[in-house]
Amino acid sequence: MSGRVLVGVKRVIDYAVKIRVKPDNTGVVTDGVKHSMNPFCEIAVEEAVKLKEKKLVKEVVAVSCGPQQSQETIRTALAMGADRGIHVEVSGNDYETLGPLQVSKIMAALAKKEDAQIIILGKQAIDDDCNQTGQMTAALLDWPQGTFASEVTLDGDKIKVVREIDGGLETIKINTPAVLTADLRLNTPRYATLPNIMKAKKKKIANVKPADLGVNLTSKLEVLRVEDPPQRQAGMKVETVEDLVGKLKELGKV
Amino acid sequence: MPFCFAALWMMANPLRSEVVRLYKNLLYLGREYPKGGDYFRDRLRAAFTKNKSVQDPEQIKAMIARGEYVARELEALYYLRKYRAMKKRYYEE
Repeated sequence: MSGRVLVGVKRVIDYAVKIRVKPDNTGVVTDGVKHSMNPFCEIAVEEAVKLKEKKLVKEVVAVSCGPQQSQETIRTALAMGADRGIHVEVSGNDYETLGPLQVSKIMAALAKKEDAQIIILGKQAIDDDCNQTGQMTAALLDWPQGTFASEVTLDGDKIKVVREIDGGLETIKINTPAVLTADLRLNTPRYATLPNIMKAKKKKIANVKPADLGVNLTSKLEVLRVEDPPQRQAGMKVETVEDLVGKLKELGKV
Repeated sequence: MPFCFAALWMMANPLRSEVVRLYKNLLYLGREYPKGGDYFRDRLRAAFTKNKSVQDPEQIKAMIARGEYVARELEALYYLRKYRAMKKRYYEE
């Protein structure tokens, strides 16, 4: 048992930025826009680092797929406590079409190469909202999955996962090796402070190409159009309760 | 006379690097301040400049502690903003 945890971290447009659709409707504006680590990936990193601090795992490896700037995201993970990083270089058109299927193939190949015991990912990215990478990775590896995890407990060679599902919580026990995806309430991620960032500069980030892992990045999906959501209709004001009931009946709501 | 100055300088010096470290940390944290990184930086600079003539090590240590408290408060602010945004966007209450 390697005791190694692989954590996937994605570089996305910062959650607080107001998204603008490109004039040609092919995508959103990313040039010069503030990017940061996907919030759910932060929670994944925090969980992995916590496991290491409790001495339940030996090493945390942060992985990111993307262009040069993805290294900044890996650096943040290293500042939060990951031991080393792997940057899978994907740029240009490959990066435009990079999706959960391609990333899960990469994660699966890395899991085998690095002899990982646990893979932790964020439950979804705030840019594409796919919520697929974790599930696909588990399927490709034929590993059990604990998705939407709000509590993770290592128990010998098994993992107890409390999952957030519609209508409540579900507790499952799965074997290792396994894939987990982090939900919002799993933990409170630590801030990557300046001293930690400085210390993390000594940690190594390896460079890998998808071809080295035998992964084909061809996508079977094509984005046809990206649009703004429809403008919110102005509300109506009524004077009395009778008016309100009348209006609701008019609209067929009552 | 020169001995006095040397003694005073030696006393303040070990704390000087701590103060500088605190300043750099707060400056880094302040970049994401909701009212703007510049707003924060100006106020940070003003606060440190106001106290630059303080010599008493105990007073300096107390101020450093307060600065570290502010740093933790900023981290909490950033976390809460992000958590509330995620909760609002992804979870129906």
